[in-house]
Amino acid sequence: MALLSMQNISKTFPGVKALDRVNLDVQKGEIHAVVGENGAGKSTLMKVLSGVYPHGQYDGEIVFEGEPARFSGISDSEKQGIIIIHQELALVPQLSIAENIFLGNECARKGVIDWRKTNQRTEELLAKVGLSEPPTTKVDSIGVGKQQLVEIAKALSKDVKLLILDEPTAALQENDSRKLLDLMLELKAQGVTSIIISHKLNEVRYVADSVTVIRDGMTVSKLDAKAGLSEDEIVRDMVGRDMTHRFPEHSRTPGDVLMEVADWSVWHPEHSERRVIKNASFNVRAGEVVGIAGLMGSGRTELAMSIFGRSYGRNITGSVKLKGQPIDVSTVDRAISAGISYVTEDRKALGLVLDETIRFNTTLANLDGVSSGPILKRNEETRVAERYREALAIRTPSVFQKTVNLSGGNQQKVVLAKWLFTAPEVLILDEPTRGIDVGAKYEIYTIINDLAAQGKGVVMISSEMPELLGMCDRIYVMNEGALVGELAAGDASQERIMSLIVNE
Amino acid sequence: MELADDTNATPVVKTKGIGEYISSHLRQYGLLFALIAVMAFFEVVTDGTLLRAVNITNLLLQNSYIIIMALGMLIVIVSGNIDLSVGSVMGFIGALAAVMIVNYDQSPYLTMIVCLAIGGLIGAAQGYWVAYWKIPSFIVTLAGMLVFRGLSLWLLEGQSVGPFPKEFQIIATGFVPDLFPAGIGAALADLFGARKVNVLALATGIAAAALVVWIGLRQRAQNKAYGIEDEPTSFFVVRNVIIAAALIFVMFKLSLFRGLPNVLITMGILTIIYAFITETTTVGRRIYALGGNQKAAKLSGIKTERLTFLAFTNMGVLAAAAGLVFAARLNTATPKAGFALELDVIAAVFIGGASMSGGVGTIIGAVVGAFLMGVLNNGMSIMGIGIDYQQMIKGLVLLAAVIFDVYNKNKQG
Repeated sequence: MALLSMQNISKTFPGVKALDRVNLDVQKGEIHAVVGENGAGKSTLMKVLSGVYPHGQYDGEIVFEGEPARFSGISDSEKQGIIIIHQELALVPQLSIAENIFLGNECARKGVIDWRKTNQRTEELLAKVGLSEPPTTKVDSIGVGKQQLVEIAKALSKDVKLLILDEPTAALQENDSRKLLDLMLELKAQGVTSIIISHKLNEVRYVADSVTVIRDGMTVSKLDAKAGLSEDEIVRDMVGRDMTHRFPEHSRTPGDVLMEVADWSVWHPEHSERRVIKNASFNVRAGEVVGIAGLMGSGRTELAMSIFGRSYGRNITGSVKLKGQPIDVSTVDRAISAGISYVTEDRKALGLVLDETIRFNTTLANLDGVSSGPILKRNEETRVAERYREALAIRTPSVFQKTVNLSGGNQQKVVLAKWLFTAPEVLILDEPTRGIDVGAKYEIYTIINDLAAQGKGVVMISSEMPELLGMCDRIYVMNEGALVGELAAGDASQERIMSLIVNE
Repeated sequence: MELADDTNATPVVKTKGIGEYISSHLRQYGLLFALIAVMAFFEVVTDGTLLRAVNITNLLLQNSYIIIMALGMLIVIVSGNIDLSVGSVMGFIGALAAVMIVNYDQSPYLTMIVCLAIGGLIGAAQGYWVAYWKIPSFIVTLAGMLVFRGLSLWLLEGQSVGPFPKEFQIIATGFVPDLFPAGIGAALADLFGARKVNVLALATGIAAAALVVWIGLRQRAQNKAYGIEDEPTSFFVVRNVIIAAALIFVMFKLSLFRGLPNVLITMGILTIIYAFITETTTVGRRIYALGGNQKAAKLSGIKTERLTFLAFTNMGVLAAAAGLVFAARLNTATPKAGFALELDVIAAVFIGGASMSGGVGTIIGAVVGAFLMGVLNNGMSIMGIGIDYQQMIKGLVLLAAVIFDVYNKNKQG
């Protein structure tokens, strides 16, 4: 029996048809995956379902539990048992787990909270999701993975009939992701129906009973996963073309050592007794792509940011050489003029001025390149932005589009454009393909290959091991702030990388 | 994934209807039309008093110090901060000038230089804590507001000090002498049937109008060359005709009275300089980046601390300049000078479209916002509306402007 049936849902924004007669049928007790590229319309569909776009703002019919459903808002859909957990977590970091779980739904009598009952019920809920933290623990003191579980516990507290998870593992490590997916399977066994939105096809294969693929606002296919799915099949439906090769071909012959970091140590900015990076030494050659593998929290981002103008940490010691010469990387602008660029893992918070245009962002790190003295040459700026739009295939009607309106993949390209315009010798790319779809990933990989072919050194930090294995000439493995191993591309495998991490 | 991603799924249709164009640029036109509507309203209800030459002159003089400070405040607000101390600093500098000139017989010119420098130091001192110690600007400048209010009281010993010598007064109350031969003025006076015409003022008005149209046309030609979506021709013509006509009209009125006030020249030049800095220099660009996303700006090699520091230093200098103009205009320094004025300045900037969270706002918007407030003040005073109602109406106008902004943003969202 279908728990949910969304029929011929259409939703139009000014100038854009975001959803075009989309159908989605979710059977009771199943895990249903909705996949599609960024911008395909998955989130819009979920916003229609959860009442963010109330009845009347879309066309089509929603049938929930056999009854036509017309939600007037998100609280309305929650009352019916449809609960959505967004990609960006909606927890209040300063409050405790218990306070968060019962936020807006407090166990209270006449406005006075019954803490004993609150904590007791929280414990029960936490046990269900496999957490053993005391209910009074502050949310900001537990990791993202556990926060995700708290969100689910919160959903369970509300008598959930349909649980929607929007990219639940986007920010999670491999093992946390696995835990979460196992929890989904467990909830399924208890009768909870879920919808999962994900980019990660191996996860979809792992949990989903059926899959709906959406492309350009339309339902492309419905696949039954019980019979077994091939990733290629899904990818083909998602992008509308065959993707036999997930990584572009490359053949590289790295040259001399370009950048050499030696004995790099960094202490924590607040806890001055904690050493975050421990005597790290590594190098990258001209025309080489070097990977840094490691779990989240292993210090990869901290290593990169501390090299890039001491943007992280304190009491930094060690040396950085470029082409054999020591260089000054003590501030960001010195690092940039020395020839180093750092492409952040968090493009929205650290990479872009979202409310500004593509042009504004493209030239931001090298304004001197588009000005004479202190005066900006705005025509030159436009030319530069246009040049990168073409070179990186940034899909936008114009470079005067605000970057907030771009999809994740295109935003990432704008960040790359910004750093390419500083003409770096060495690019440090931190999770360059996080949260972007398969097609855009392929394009980013192509850009990386082009950079290496031009003789740049590329350092690539990634949590996705297949990506490192598919792209890098060498891979360093990082664990707990130290580089614990180095593997040539030919010798590397997921197992070898993991064993280096685990055996440390 | 967010809504924004979906919006990009299919390319946005580029050719928009006029209606859609208006709704996506409502803010810019809204402010201009609000100013026109308010002026038209008061012109009618005051039986033409509002736009009389003497009143236009007054309007400019009365609002000069607000506008001068709004220029600096716009930059501070765009950088993501706020400065609550400007009213007190303005009063303090006025007091300092009075004490130096009146009590200690210092030369007015030396005094002005010293006052501007001290204003800069005050701004720098506050900026230092905000920029390098990351103390919220609200708190630092709230402290500054109290400190400098106290310092003015102390300096003036609770008394009013004045009057100033003529050469100091003229910075606020003087007029630029007509440089053109008297014959032309007389001929024009006959033509218009007026008593006298200040040709310089009229010529400046025509030149300014021509400049505005020329810049507009140039911008438009460039936009076309780069395929930027531009405003419909009819809009461009109407908007420029209104602005040009308004400039010429105001200057014509001024020419019938005493000509160009010195303060107008100061204000005009400062406005042009700051508009230029914010729009076409690297420093200006970096300030918008700082306010838009401080972390991203820092990671792009922008010295965010130094920029914040400079924004406050600049604000201090402009507050000092406003203090000199204010003291010269009143011809006396009082302990009450500048009281609560920071609120008018901040209101002007927000009415002009700046965002509380930083990164958004224009110099022209802030100036028009200040004029809008000025016209409200002036019109209501002429009508004899009590200060009680005036305050309420101004408060509601500020609220309406910001609600309008938010509503607009949501609609486009």
